[in-house]
Amino acid sequence: MSPPIRTVTAEQVNAVIADAYSQSNHLLHILYALQQRFLHISHEAVREVASHLGLPISQVESVVEFYSFFYGTPRGRYNILLSNCTSCGYQAGGENLLHMLCHRLRVVAGKTRADGLVSIDETSCIGMCDHGAALLVNGMPITRLDASKIARIADLVETETPLANWPAEWFRIDDNIRNSSLLLKNDFAAGDGMRAMLARNIDGTLAEITQSGLRGRGGAGFSTGMKWKFCREAQGAAHYVVCNADEGEPGTFKDRILLHSHADAVFEGMTVCAFVIGAEQGFLYLRGEYRYLLPQLQAVLAHRRELGLLGSSILGQPGFNFDIEIVVGAGAYICGEESALIESLEGKRGVPRNRPPFPVTHGYLGQPTVVNNVETFAAAAHIALRGSTWFRAVGTEKSAGSKILSVSGDCAAPGIYEYPFGVSIQQVLDDCGAKDVQAVQVGGPSGTLINPVKFNRKLGFEDLPTGGSFMVFGQGRDLLAIIVNFAHFFAHESCGFCTPCRVGTTLLKNGLDKIASGHGTQYDLDEMKRMGALVKRRSHCGLGQTAANPILDSLQRFPHVFEQRLAHSNFEPYFNLDGALEEARQVTHRDDAAAHLK
Amino acid sequence: MSTEAKQNTITPNTITIDGQEIPFKDGQTIMDAALAAGVYIPHLCHRPGLTPHGSCKLCVVDIGSRGVSFHNSDRRVQTKFSVDIDGRSVSACTTPAVAGQQISNNTPALNEVRKTITQMLFIEGNHICPSCEKSGDCTLQAMAYHLGMLDGHFPQFFPRREVDASHPTVMLDRDRCILCELCVRASREVDGKNVFAIAGRGITAHLIVNSSSGKLVDSDLETNDMAAHICPVGAILIKEHGYEVPIGRRTFDLHQVGEIGLEKVILAKVRHTDE
Repeated sequence: MSPPIRTVTAEQVNAVIADAYSQSNHLLHILYALQQRFLHISHEAVREVASHLGLPISQVESVVEFYSFFYGTPRGRYNILLSNCTSCGYQAGGENLLHMLCHRLRVVAGKTRADGLVSIDETSCIGMCDHGAALLVNGMPITRLDASKIARIADLVETETPLANWPAEWFRIDDNIRNSSLLLKNDFAAGDGMRAMLARNIDGTLAEITQSGLRGRGGAGFSTGMKWKFCREAQGAAHYVVCNADEGEPGTFKDRILLHSHADAVFEGMTVCAFVIGAEQGFLYLRGEYRYLLPQLQAVLAHRRELGLLGSSILGQPGFNFDIEIVVGAGAYICGEESALIESLEGKRGVPRNRPPFPVTHGYLGQPTVVNNVETFAAAAHIALRGSTWFRAVGTEKSAGSKILSVSGDCAAPGIYEYPFGVSIQQVLDDCGAKDVQAVQVGGPSGTLINPVKFNRKLGFEDLPTGGSFMVFGQGRDLLAIIVNFAHFFAHESCGFCTPCRVGTTLLKNGLDKIASGHGTQYDLDEMKRMGALVKRRSHCGLGQTAANPILDSLQRFPHVFEQRLAHSNFEPYFNLDGALEEARQVTHRDDAAAHLK
Repeated sequence: MSTEAKQNTITPNTITIDGQEIPFKDGQTIMDAALAAGVYIPHLCHRPGLTPHGSCKLCVVDIGSRGVSFHNSDRRVQTKFSVDIDGRSVSACTTPAVAGQQISNNTPALNEVRKTITQMLFIEGNHICPSCEKSGDCTLQAMAYHLGMLDGHFPQFFPRREVDASHPTVMLDRDRCILCELCVRASREVDGKNVFAIAGRGITAHLIVNSSSGKLVDSDLETNDMAAHICPVGAILIKEHGYEVPIGRRTFDLHQVGEIGLEKVILAKVRHTDE
């Protein structure tokens, strides 16, 4: 590991910028290179980047401040981020592993240790939900954490052991495929889908995609064929294909498996789309948490170029030119929203755009752009190869095909389950070995919280649409703690653009914290309902419009988890006198009874 | 032009706001059409002539249902692809007027929502009206009066925000910033500069200055820039002119916030001592 960097010269900064720029001119890429090298992005570095790229200083600064994985002050040489997801988070096993690691390494969470060796913080779900508690150390995931592993990690950090010498099996990530249907069961050889596509030509391929009934797998369910058709018909100097691999919904990890083991199908689906809409450039927007997949994905792309499946005159077709660049995000859930993703690709904060116009007419750089989910592109590749009838034979009338679920939480066999659409919640619970289930969160925090009397509901666009997250909560779980966790997640991930979401998600978070700490009253519940309804109905984008779902769902279906925590009075002030003395206790190193009120 | 063609071009499309039929031209938003017809839709981040923004959400209106019903669980479908689906809440300033829209605007329920949003804007910042020199000229304050807001209702966030007094003639007090980005857009679109931007995210989003030091003094902001005058609250102020107009004779002592075309009055008012 390189020694700590005390003073950074402008030459050093410029060398890193020039080197990164030679690989990719995307702002996120250049900022990542600086973060890696200097462990933070200083004001001076911001100025240099701005001048190098010809951007306003304020734009670069605003991007650095927006994304969680960029820092204005130096992080430790070991930067450790523990997931705070309810499934792969640091409290998933019942113990607080964050406190444990901080204690062992004598670090305050969020602050870099004085010797610059280590910094520890929490981060939103890193998509390792079927692998137990998980963390990222300098971007590399370590899963199946427990107290003994935390102790060993602390020792390795303290002895400054390079990551390459840490136990290799710690970094092993499994696919955990438990149930396969259309996409995971059938083989897919690189190029087969594209050869079938060329035989059908553009109109035939588009017709096949449309007739298949394929709908967006991110959860919104827009017809893929329609989206491609609108984009194809839109006028523009260039058309773009974007694969949304910013899988940020807590409890979702199915794209990780598709990218790890089925990347050819994903890239082939993008190429089929490019053929249909007439695009020459595609982007895979990979969430920063999955950066460890990058070398492998680059290798798949290189292999496809060798096979003549990417590049110029693809498969010998004159004029069929297309290539794919991977752009890696930097820790922002909102970039899963397609227009925020496009803003991020353009080197800006991930703030959702006003719509209309939609990306199909005004997307990347204002040009017609298709943004589809990883799973959608994989399905499109299979449809190109096997045809729409093959696809339609599975699923329901309005939800053709299969859906890949990421099952996590309290069950015997968490992992990947691919089912024909129309499967019931109960079926999934039986298959994953979930017993004594209190509730299921379908579609992640932004989805729907289901109670046992509704376990006969079916997954599909007719009843319960889902992006793929399926979190099981057993009877032993503190459901209120989960709702609080989700509220903190949304407040942390709100982009801050519109008032209802920016202020509302924080008000909801504060209100829930008050209730969870035993200071809430009926008045606070009524306030939650009123604020939840406002945030849901009046917010700018899908984040705000779904942020209150866990609260509203649980108030309706699990009112007792709130009511049993209420203080027995009609009103309790937010101001907590004992809590306000906490700072004084810390300063005086006291925590005895006399240092507390009551 | 033939009579028939002429009739076609002058026969306007119409939308209906609170039962009143209002004409609109192609390309107009609901807000454009409403303001042109003298119908006030409350707004803070909107200013005719600047690119509509749609962030403050004061201008939320409901577009009536045409009987499209959705199962509750289909809400993601509704939220992500809501443009063709009616029975929805939209920002009037960014939503195109479409013939036949049935729009609710000045209703008790919507004004209650707007009052709550205004309270949210008050409590997330540090708005101490009695000690603010913008008092009486402040659109946020006027909005609060207009909507019958009597208190902040929610617990104050009391954020720590930076004050920038570096510029010789312009003061930047972020305590009062409501993130409407009027200054951002005015600087970019009218002044031909790029002095302001928003950085960070969520509740920590904040206004930054595009200069090497991050300070106003090192930016190319000038006293006569629209960006220096457009702030609807007291976040960007012209120094040494704050008390020339006494309380009682300030903009909203003499005008209602709901008057159409007030933007010119407000701009003239903050400029009058400079010009």
